[in-house]
Amino acid sequence: MNHLDEQVLPPQFDLPSLERNAFEWRALKNTLLTGFVWLLAVIASIPLFSVIYMLVVEGGARLDLEAITALPPAGFEMGGGFGNAIVGTLVMVGIAAAISIPLGTMAAIYLAILDPSSKLATTSRFLAKVLTGFPSILAGVFIYAVLVVTTGTYSAWAGGVALAVLMLPTVTLAAEEAMKQVPQKMKDAAFGMGCTNTQVIMKVVLPTGLPGILTGVILAVAGAAGESAPLLFTALFSNYYMAELAEPTASLSILIYNFSGMPFDNQIELAWAASLVLVMIVLIFNVLARVVGKSKFKD
Amino acid sequence: MNNQSELDTFIADKYEPQGPVVLDCQVNNIYYGDFRAVRDTNIPVEKNKVTGFIGPSGCGKSTVLRSMNRMNDLIDSFRFDGQIHYHNQDIYSKKVDAVVVRRYIGMVFQLPNPFSMSIYDNVAFGLRLNRFKGDEEEMVVRALERAAIWNDVKDKLNNSGLSLSGGQQQRLCIARAIATEPDVLLMDEPCSALDPIATRQIEELMIELKQHYSVALVTHNMQQATRVADVTAFMGVDISKGGRTGHLVEMGDTQQIFEDPRQKLTQAYVRGEFS
Amino acid sequence: MAYDPFKSASSARTLSAPPSASDYLKDATFRAFAYFCALSILLLVGYIVFELGSQAMPAIKTHGLGFVTGTTWDTNEEVFGVLPEIWGTLYSSLLALLIGGGLGVGIAIFLTQGFVHAKIEVTFRTIIELLAAIPSVVYGLWGIYVLIPLLRPGAEWLHEKLGWFPLFGTELSGPGLAPAALVLAIMILPTVAAISADAFRRIPYKVKEAAYGMGATKWEVILKVMLPTASSGILAGMVLGFGRALGETMALAMLIGNVNNISVSLFAPANTLASLLASTFPEAGQMEIQALMYAALVLLVITFIVNVAGLAVQQYTMRKFEGKK
Repeated sequence: MNHLDEQVLPPQFDLPSLERNAFEWRALKNTLLTGFVWLLAVIASIPLFSVIYMLVVEGGARLDLEAITALPPAGFEMGGGFGNAIVGTLVMVGIAAAISIPLGTMAAIYLAILDPSSKLATTSRFLAKVLTGFPSILAGVFIYAVLVVTTGTYSAWAGGVALAVLMLPTVTLAAEEAMKQVPQKMKDAAFGMGCTNTQVIMKVVLPTGLPGILTGVILAVAGAAGESAPLLFTALFSNYYMAELAEPTASLSILIYNFSGMPFDNQIELAWAASLVLVMIVLIFNVLARVVGKSKFKD
Repeated sequence: MNNQSELDTFIADKYEPQGPVVLDCQVNNIYYGDFRAVRDTNIPVEKNKVTGFIGPSGCGKSTVLRSMNRMNDLIDSFRFDGQIHYHNQDIYSKKVDAVVVRRYIGMVFQLPNPFSMSIYDNVAFGLRLNRFKGDEEEMVVRALERAAIWNDVKDKLNNSGLSLSGGQQQRLCIARAIATEPDVLLMDEPCSALDPIATRQIEELMIELKQHYSVALVTHNMQQATRVADVTAFMGVDISKGGRTGHLVEMGDTQQIFEDPRQKLTQAYVRGEFS
Repeated sequence: MAYDPFKSASSARTLSAPPSASDYLKDATFRAFAYFCALSILLLVGYIVFELGSQAMPAIKTHGLGFVTGTTWDTNEEVFGVLPEIWGTLYSSLLALLIGGGLGVGIAIFLTQGFVHAKIEVTFRTIIELLAAIPSVVYGLWGIYVLIPLLRPGAEWLHEKLGWFPLFGTELSGPGLAPAALVLAIMILPTVAAISADAFRRIPYKVKEAAYGMGATKWEVILKVMLPTASSGILAGMVLGFGRALGETMALAMLIGNVNNISVSLFAPANTLASLLASTFPEAGQMEIQALMYAALVLLVITFIVNVAGLAVQQYTMRKFEGKK
């Protein structure tokens, strides 16, 4: 543009002023644009603060011992809570973690160390990335067809497995990334001493990459805890504490979804309180992930 | 200097070892994919001697060294054509497992690479790996003493190996490598990242180590070769035909290589005319 | 026992020993297991596609391509068409991309181009990450009780004054496209911001240095050098964010109104494929379930295409700066 050309022009006889002029178009534009990005950043943070405000004010008002232990109220009933939903969420996330973490970590070991450039590794890595962008409701539809129809009942199992389908690619990719951060020279040292592949992985790569792997895993758990679409028609919902894993099971997110559309203030207040609990669960995992990730080895 | 066409087909005179040979390295060709990195290089590593490898960068001296305990197997495109005999057994024979080779032929790398575990565990790592049955602590202390680092670390054996300085880390890695008393020790420019004082200490260590082990040392530092190596192999590199294939130019007694080289190329290199 | 010709030949004092038979067994088992786990991802994707396909097969046979162009969803008449849902999915996601994408790129510039002190940068980055961590249902709830009431006066005003303009053609009766798209925008903003910021960070420092060295102002550097250089990375972020918006379910099921309706008006209720599944599936009969499986397959195909496109662009960006392998 022209103002760039000005720079290249040979010096004039009377030297141009080198002082900055605040009202020159170039400077003015700079100030305006800087103000604009600041504005964008502030706008982007408004929803978060608004959500947090609502959770604390609306949800906090109703969050008491009864809310986190009692059973969900029916239509016009007052009081009640969502104790069974907290238990259900934790149990299903537990099932999902128990399936996806070992599977995902082992897959990551293959992708990151055993044979990173093989056909299987490149295909799996690509499909895992595609799966992370996969609509979560499809995991629900899939598990409905595979588990609910065949076993004939909605269950915590089905809900947990649906969440595991969502967690698997996240855990795999995060663990692979963390293992790749382990310096090659450390692996060389282990190979150089005559370690088998397994010994290199178990004695050097996993211990060294552990903080990173844990961070990824915990974030995946946090994401799963907040999921609702895959539970809609796999775990369904229940108004009672779970007695076994093979029966419809309540979860916080489905409770919020169900209660949000009800015309009763009591249920809506409980939906806010449940949201607060759900967000706190998710945030605790997030903070945990950060703390664990900080204790990274130095190179 | 020899002209290009001569260099391209040049094959070094055979070096006649004076003592027993531990590791007899006969490389015909080493390829990375289509790229021929090294050709026609025969280097016998003699028992209880330090064999130095010198040469300009890119001449393949590290490649040859890393082939001697099959570290290069970790690179997918690596192809080895030749034989390396360890006590008359070809380590590249199909029957031989690279993992076993590396247990007998230890390696110290260019950059210090301690594991992110305690100093003690770093040294004990190899002992545990080889299921050592005796007094582990005694062996760890001995290895640290011989690597001339015991005084620096005796009060902090439980600290992370990564908390040490660069020179200390490298000596820790040497301690780790010698703890299991491997038969042969390969050292790939072990001093390149170190200050002169640490370098001197490690050189003294190498001279001491050769009483028990056979050492192969790659170095970019000619003075180091004259100070430490008993026998020196000089490798050069063909740059004709667009390739960069390294090969042995001359091998002999260190004194002879530096004071009375037979090849003009060697002479030019040891006089510092190129590097 | 391992083949070990070395023990007897090597010096007597060496402590080296070959791996034991159990070490070898462990190694083989471990590797086989890892191989199987990597394979499981492949099998899982294959199984998902196969299962959804075979479940949808009866509906595909009955309705054929008319399913994609039909506009009625009537269980009693057994007429199923998802054109309104496809329209709603694409329209709401596009609106979200327009808002969330723009904001996301702005934030990426804000975070990476040295506008703020490192500490404030960390704060804002945390805010964006937290935005991504809040569950979809919570956004839905917030949308119903905060966003819709907030939008209503503005929407009414726009409809009264500018009702002739198609975008404002209807009243906002409650749930509708506008609140749904806004919430979607908030939800994809972190994706776009993170991938774009990454694209900016990948630009070698020397590029920026060269631009400043020619006497460009900060904004000239950003707009004329950094933005074009990062453009493919930003595009990848946009496409992946779009993919995320397409598949988002709960917040939309709560906010979009779930009405089979094709309208360009921002205030009209609409429906998306994902929220159709969420709201209809639990009470559906057999015929309808088959139709829903077909709808799920359509959603799968759309998101698959978009995601693969996004990943391809991202791959291209990485190669650009890291050199081809």
